[in-house]
Amino acid sequence: MTTTLASESVTQPPAPEPPSLELASYGDRVFRWILTLGAVSIPVLLGFLVYELWVGARLAIAKFGLEFVTTSTWDPVAEQFGAFPLIFGTLVSSVVALVIAVPLSLGVAIYLTEFAPKSVRQPVAFLISLLAAIPSVVYGLWGIFVLIPILRTGAFPFLRDAFGFLPLFQGPIYGPSMLSAGIILAIMVMPYIMSVSREVLLAVPDTQREAALALGATRWEAVITAVLPYARSGVIGAVILGLGRALGETMAVTMLIGNRHEIAASLFAPGYTMAAAIANEFSEAVGDMHLSALAYVAFLLFVVTVLVNAAARLLIWRVARGSGVGSKAL
Amino acid sequence: MSATMKPKISFVTTPRATLAPRPPSAQPAERGAPAVDVRRFSFAYGERRVLRNLEFSIERKAVTAIIGPSGCGKSTFLRSINRLNDLIAATTHEGDILVEGRSVYAQGTDLVALRQRVGMVFQRPNPFPKSVFDNVAYGPGLNRLVPKRDLPDLVERCLRQAALWDEVKDRLEEPATGLSGGQQQRLCIARALGNQPELLLMDEPCSALDPIATQRVEELLFELKREYTIVIVTHNMQQAARVSDFTGFFDRGELVEFDDTERIFTSPAHERTEAYITGRFG
Ligand SMILES: Nc1ncnc2c1ncn2[C@@H]1O[C@H](COP(=O)(O)OP(=O)(O)O)[C@@H](O)[C@H]1O
Ligand SMILES: [Mg+2]
Repeated sequence: MTTTLASESVTQPPAPEPPSLELASYGDRVFRWILTLGAVSIPVLLGFLVYELWVGARLAIAKFGLEFVTTSTWDPVAEQFGAFPLIFGTLVSSVVALVIAVPLSLGVAIYLTEFAPKSVRQPVAFLISLLAAIPSVVYGLWGIFVLIPILRTGAFPFLRDAFGFLPLFQGPIYGPSMLSAGIILAIMVMPYIMSVSREVLLAVPDTQREAALALGATRWEAVITAVLPYARSGVIGAVILGLGRALGETMAVTMLIGNRHEIAASLFAPGYTMAAAIANEFSEAVGDMHLSALAYVAFLLFVVTVLVNAAARLLIWRVARGSGVGSKAL
Repeated sequence: MSATMKPKISFVTTPRATLAPRPPSAQPAERGAPAVDVRRFSFAYGERRVLRNLEFSIERKAVTAIIGPSGCGKSTFLRSINRLNDLIAATTHEGDILVEGRSVYAQGTDLVALRQRVGMVFQRPNPFPKSVFDNVAYGPGLNRLVPKRDLPDLVERCLRQAALWDEVKDRLEEPATGLSGGQQQRLCIARALGNQPELLLMDEPCSALDPIATQRVEELLFELKREYTIVIVTHNMQQAARVSDFTGFFDRGELVEFDDTERIFTSPAHERTEAYITGRFG
């Protein structure tokens, strides 16, 4: 019996597995090539993009050099350009947005994962993430027709009365301003920060919460001392995602920020951002130098975004030591 | 076999009296009274009754093992003592449990104080992703048990009691997650000791550990029971027989038998107990 089995297996032609394995490995190879191509094409595209911006900006770079970054004149007629107000506006509006959005979205995420009744969690999280699907021009319109009237007649005068001793809240109130843009940006980045932090908090194992509670922590203490520290690198990742959105957001900002190439200490004053300036002026740019200056701005926007992200990522690495949720994913 | 169970390491255990003084209300009840008194205690997750009418006492400064087939309610019982089950919605209970003479389920029980007095070690090591030091200092810091400047001393004492000091004394500031599984579990024990508890609950503390790490934890129990009352859940009969002074056998949420460990393992009174410990079911 055993001998026949043995001889059978010897005389049998190779089982169907080897060829199928061959095929699979062939398929694997093709698949790998496609993936590699995809992976390589992204840095190549990026390089191409930077190169194109550089070429477009060459005229302005040659004329203004690095002074472009530090000067504030923006005079297309005299062909004098300086982007400092744009860089300033981009950074300030994004910082204002984060200052408002981070505590709010983190608070909502904590409430939804740790405290809300089970029946509320999913629907609310879904509704908030729906906010991310609204086109930014709609936010802009809503900002002009609803938000700005409220801010101009209510919130801004109140802020000026209460905190007028700070330079941030002084001067005339127009409506369109750095603060209005920051607030609309905050509303726009909240869904991102909230959703990602919520996912990160959900990924914190219950054993961490139980460890804290069993040591005599209250629910809040468990969140503050155990859950958030465990999730910290993931939460920072969520904030960076929001920051990335805020830096590049164009439409809603340009509708609310006032579009003035100026720098002011007051958040009530109008300003401008790099993205908004490019979008507004590109189609009606007069002359090659104006166009080139805008390309230079685009190049700078790219650099600023990369720098901010790199700095933030460095922060994650430093914070992530000891590891927790999300440190690997980032 | 029994020779290997003798602790090989000389532990430097600090007498309890040198720990920070307790407020008078936290003094343990008079000697001889049980550390834990379970009074006709029943527990249910929603409609599902998991513990039925438990009635027994757990002796102070001894190791009490809870054994029983999977799903019989051992973990639920442990988590009823420090009320960790409160987190789960729609649970109900009847009866009461007294820890050192004080009701766990009475109206107005201070959960924070209860959980400070009742330490817990979980099935899987769950250190916080903080430094070794901060893990042990977590409880006393949170509950403000000692002044901040005394924390290093307390941390050292707890790590020594958990037989971990020699291994981590040079890496107190390193993340606890870098320790081995067995070290992490002993760190979790040290963390529980940091709260200066009266009672230590351990839910299958060795089930995720290798045999050598398991042995170290078992050796530790011999030292710890001089100062603490220990309740340990285990699915390992040999472990229960080795480490415990008393054993309770749970089946389907009932306490079938509770007695000296020796009696349970040599001449159990109930047939179900015998069937379980001889491996005929469960
Ligand atoms: N959170 C819960 N919700 C509902 N049922 C639970 C929950 N936890 C445990 N149970 C049930 O209670 C019973 C006892 O569980 P457990 O105490 O974990 O048993 P053991 O630790 O003895 O294995 C099991 O049947 C289990 O399915
Ligand atoms: Mg269990």
